[in-house]
Amino acid sequence: MANIISDETIEYVGILAKLELSPEEKEQAKKDMGSMLDYIDKLNELDTSNVEPMSHVFPVQNVFREDVVVNGDDRENILKNAPEQKDGSFQVPKTVE
Amino acid sequence: MSKQYETVIGLEVHVELATKTKIFCSCSTEFGGAPNTHTCPVCTGMPGSLPVLNKQVVEYAIAVGLATNCTITQNCKFDRKNYFYPDNPQNYQISQLYLPICRNGSVEIETEAGKKSIGIHEIHMEEDAGKLIHDDWDDCSLVDFNRSGVPLIEIVSEPDMRSAEEVIAYLDKLRLIIQYLGASDCKLNEGSMRADVNLSVREVGATEFGTRTEMKNLNSFKAIARAIEAERERQIDLIESGEQVIQETRRWDDTKEYSYAMRSKEDAQDYRYFPDPDLVPVVISDAWLEDIRSRQPELRDEKMERYAKEYGIPEYDISIITNSKHLADIFEETVAICNNPKKVSNWLMVETMRLLKEHDMDPEDIRFSPANLAKLIHLTETKAINSSVAKEVFEQIFAENIDPEQYVEEKGLKTVNDEGALRSTIEKIVEANPQSVEDYRNGKKKAIGFLVGQTMKEMKGKADPGMINQILTEILEQ
Repeated sequence: MANIISDETIEYVGILAKLELSPEEKEQAKKDMGSMLDYIDKLNELDTSNVEPMSHVFPVQNVFREDVVVNGDDRENILKNAPEQKDGSFQVPKTVE
Repeated sequence: MSKQYETVIGLEVHVELATKTKIFCSCSTEFGGAPNTHTCPVCTGMPGSLPVLNKQVVEYAIAVGLATNCTITQNCKFDRKNYFYPDNPQNYQISQLYLPICRNGSVEIETEAGKKSIGIHEIHMEEDAGKLIHDDWDDCSLVDFNRSGVPLIEIVSEPDMRSAEEVIAYLDKLRLIIQYLGASDCKLNEGSMRADVNLSVREVGATEFGTRTEMKNLNSFKAIARAIEAERERQIDLIESGEQVIQETRRWDDTKEYSYAMRSKEDAQDYRYFPDPDLVPVVISDAWLEDIRSRQPELRDEKMERYAKEYGIPEYDISIITNSKHLADIFEETVAICNNPKKVSNWLMVETMRLLKEHDMDPEDIRFSPANLAKLIHLTETKAINSSVAKEVFEQIFAENIDPEQYVEEKGLKTVNDEGALRSTIEKIVEANPQSVEDYRNGKKKAIGFLVGQTMKEMKGKADPGMINQILTEILEQ
């Protein structure tokens, strides 16, 4: 494997993704990520200097919606997805900037 | 001699667009609904939901871009900005990093020092986040997603401003352009326009920029001016004492006139942007662009020129009236009815401004109809009511948009034009005030004022002062 992922990198990616990994999982993730990067390196061997960057997989553009209110009050159903709710709101652990 | 410093300022301005629905779903954007009553699976980030772009958002963004001399990116797309925070249900905000819809624009500002061009680096479209309310009782936070997905444009300036005065002139220019386009009401105090200030200082003559900080939570022009002054001082103090300015985001507390560094969320700056695969590219054809260009309304600078030509009112009045799109609309509609620009301007400039100030309101909050103001002007022009009654009636129009004709009729405020009745009242007043009459006849012509006042009082204000004067003079000169 050409790409070696350091412990620091895997820790950092874990923090960004809000994942807590066991030592075994970390080792596995380092290996997986390394082989993914190897694959990207392989792709990078292709000369793409004359290829337009692709911004979407489908050859579709300009999918729009008119500015008309269609949705009504569906709070009861929406809040069914809340692990906890209070006063018509999603209740979450206290979060202050 | 102490060193001279220059302040370098760039602005990030968020503007909430005046669409009826959110940017990626058909939920209402109406302000003030009960929590989560304007939500759906899309704007609450439910798995499997699919965003569909609101065409009006693109049109507003293009209109603002054209009015600020930007180049429109005819092939643009959306990207995901990844971060975790409970007000952001998808764990990413849909925004534009790589191909923002507008680039390389500028607006011209005017300050005491003259005219200056401020560069606009880019304008991009994005979605707003939800609102967090902190519940101290249960020691938790409550999330309301009504605002989640409300469309925003972010206007990023070049670091071209050098003072609070320039910053405010720039913001005011943007506000007027966007209000005239009808793309937003741009109210700083209500959050439909928000400005983050990026500021650094450097020695006069230096070519490199200093380290900048970003200031948030600025809710008024005054707060912006105070925050700029305080941050300039803070950075100069650091440099003078040999310390370093740290690049960070600070939050302004306007009551304490002090800012503090916001706790940097762990690695919060690593947003890992990538193209949003749920949204297809937006391709803006020349024809679409031309169509929007042809529909651009008259902007303020053009309006000012036209007013000077068409209405012949003073330049100062023009600048005040056109300083609010809403006020300019009222002016034009009223003039269209009564064809008396000078009188309309006068009512707006004097009484309207006085009442706005008294009630701490913006011109945008005016609710009276042009038709009622036109009727009032007709009543005064035909001398059906005198000027002090007119002021009283106007206060009612301003407060409750009453119909002045009906109001004057009901309250019996019409000027008494019955000369006989007026003459007999005056005769009574003359008889009751021999001293004033004698003073007048002895050459103290000013004494007539007292007699006019007494007559007006007796007539309960419903007389034409010109007519009183005329009859009184006649009697006194006998």
